[in-house]
Amino acid sequence: MTHKIVVDNVYKIFGPHPDKALKLIDQGHTNEQIMQKTGSAVGVAGVSFTVDEGEILVVMGLSGSGKSTLVRCINRLIEPTVGKVEVDGVDVTQLSTVELMRFRQKHFGMVFQNFALFPHRTVLQNVAYGLEIQKVDPGAMRERSMQALTQVGLKGWEDSYPAQLSGGMQQRVGLARALALDADIMLMDEAFSALDPLIRRDMQDELLELQERVKKTIVFISHDLDEAIKIGDRIVLMKDGRVVQVGTAEEILTNPANDYVARFVEEVDMSKVMTAESVMVKPSALAYFKSDGPRAALRKMQKAGISSIFVRRDGKIIGMVTADDAAKAIKDNARDLQSILITDIQTVRPATPAIELFPILAGINYPLAVLDDNDHLLGVIIKGSLLAGLAEGLQTGGNS
Amino acid sequence: MEQFKIPIGRGIEAVINFFVDHFSFATKAFAGVTENGINLLVSAMMFFPPWALILIFTAISWLLTRNRGITIFTMAGMALIWNLGLWDPTVSTIALVIIATLFSIMIGVPLGIFAALNGVFYRIVMPVLDLMQTMPAFVYLIPAIPFFGLGPVAAIFATVIFSMPPAIRLTCLGIKQVPQELVEAADAFGSTKWQKLFKLQLPISAPTMMAGVNQTIMLALSMVVIAAMIGARGLGGEVWRAIQRLEADRGFEAGLGIVIVAIILDRIMQKLGSRAKKQ
Repeated sequence: MTHKIVVDNVYKIFGPHPDKALKLIDQGHTNEQIMQKTGSAVGVAGVSFTVDEGEILVVMGLSGSGKSTLVRCINRLIEPTVGKVEVDGVDVTQLSTVELMRFRQKHFGMVFQNFALFPHRTVLQNVAYGLEIQKVDPGAMRERSMQALTQVGLKGWEDSYPAQLSGGMQQRVGLARALALDADIMLMDEAFSALDPLIRRDMQDELLELQERVKKTIVFISHDLDEAIKIGDRIVLMKDGRVVQVGTAEEILTNPANDYVARFVEEVDMSKVMTAESVMVKPSALAYFKSDGPRAALRKMQKAGISSIFVRRDGKIIGMVTADDAAKAIKDNARDLQSILITDIQTVRPATPAIELFPILAGINYPLAVLDDNDHLLGVIIKGSLLAGLAEGLQTGGNS
Repeated sequence: MEQFKIPIGRGIEAVINFFVDHFSFATKAFAGVTENGINLLVSAMMFFPPWALILIFTAISWLLTRNRGITIFTMAGMALIWNLGLWDPTVSTIALVIIATLFSIMIGVPLGIFAALNGVFYRIVMPVLDLMQTMPAFVYLIPAIPFFGLGPVAAIFATVIFSMPPAIRLTCLGIKQVPQELVEAADAFGSTKWQKLFKLQLPISAPTMMAGVNQTIMLALSMVVIAAMIGARGLGGEVWRAIQRLEADRGFEAGLGIVIVAIILDRIMQKLGSRAKKQ
């Protein structure tokens, strides 16, 4: 089977003396030594890997590991110093400026960490950008852009401007912009890293769902091992511009290539790494102290099928109300929630380890609120979701 | 020390003389064409009776700004000018400013774009702009005469030199301020340089460019007044005459006319700029 993308021994040196730096890399000097001797920074050093058609390859590493530079070497937003990048057997590094432009139009859709949407264009015009510069006729352009917007669930927002959208929605536009092109490769540079944890998880799920239908070849950059494990068919682990290990999540977790990888992997050890943040779910309803009385609160609980509801005032969670109390309050003709508000509730921070959640949950019979430092509600934990989250984590993370 | 004076002045004079000797036929021909243009614009504006022109200007200011205050000021200010008997010089001042600004923008905006996209040109042009802006404005009047002859075209030449720097500078600044990640996104989708320029860089830098155009207009207005010394007509001419005859009353009235024209142009342009920003 031929590979869709072949990255062959690619180097990228930033700075004045690439030749000297290359020689020093060969002699096994570290990046700091090379920086001291030549004033050049090593972005990527001798990276080789392949990507198969329809595969999601996650390039993962900490910041400064050269992963963003690497993905830009594939479509030559950054010119590799030496090395070859082949797409469908065509050596991208040999293309002339004009050929490269055409090649990008045809093969690469790209999604950026900070969305990089054009602020002066509407959502639809943003999505249509790639088609517009290919001079696709307006009718087809509109149709294909609307189709891409529908795919990411943003139908009805086409005439808004990016600034009017939330972060998650903006990145959907970014995704649609890349999808509309019908390019066969998607380069996603930390596409979900700027999003809130819950939205990030939704977007990951949606990407996987979308991939079932569109079957693109995806190179996904991430600094988050959980994300890499979740969406990557295979993972390329990078450090200091070099590849440390390539393999499936399973292979990397069970068979780390060296200490560095092992230490990384340790971090996904379930009991230690699952946190409140990774097992929380969206609250199905919230009561607002200022506007909701007992009736409204009860109705919200009935609709959502829950027996207690958290109460919010000025963006902060101030307590909760149970269905029983609300029903009583209605009988007593109470107008607000003040009399039945239970302020003494258990809360945790997003970084609380999952293992510590069990004893807390055992002692209460209502959900546990996950609050950030400003008492904003990030999510809730119910017994069921904690177990489900752990089970899911054990499935993907495996060995321990 | 002085016997070894470095002949900067003489050198510049030699260069100017050379150009005058060899190219003045071209500049004079250009002067003829431009002068016809100015006359055409002036007589077109003079074709209307003052009250009609005032209404036209008022309507334009309403259409451009949708601001009641600015519109009323335009009407009242111009009516006052008419009442002071400064109508004809005001019309020719406005004509000079319009033409000089058009030239400045036509030359300045492309230069600004080029400076933003080309590092070498940027490093050359910035010190030149500093020089152009610090040099006393009167100096530009001197070489203008041998090239274009005494009169409004020489005035426009000096005005364009004096008022062009902000157009170049702010166009360049606006384009450089376009976030790098947006430029990268445009590149990633395979845009040509021109597509990037017209679909991304120019629209996003529009508010900054409008600020540059506003400054250009203000500088043009102030220079058109100074250029009265070499035969530009208009409100500057009135001021110049008042100085020579020591007529404080006439001088103040003409000065007031200039202030009114300046405020009208400035407010309209500012409104346009902030509207561009909103988009």
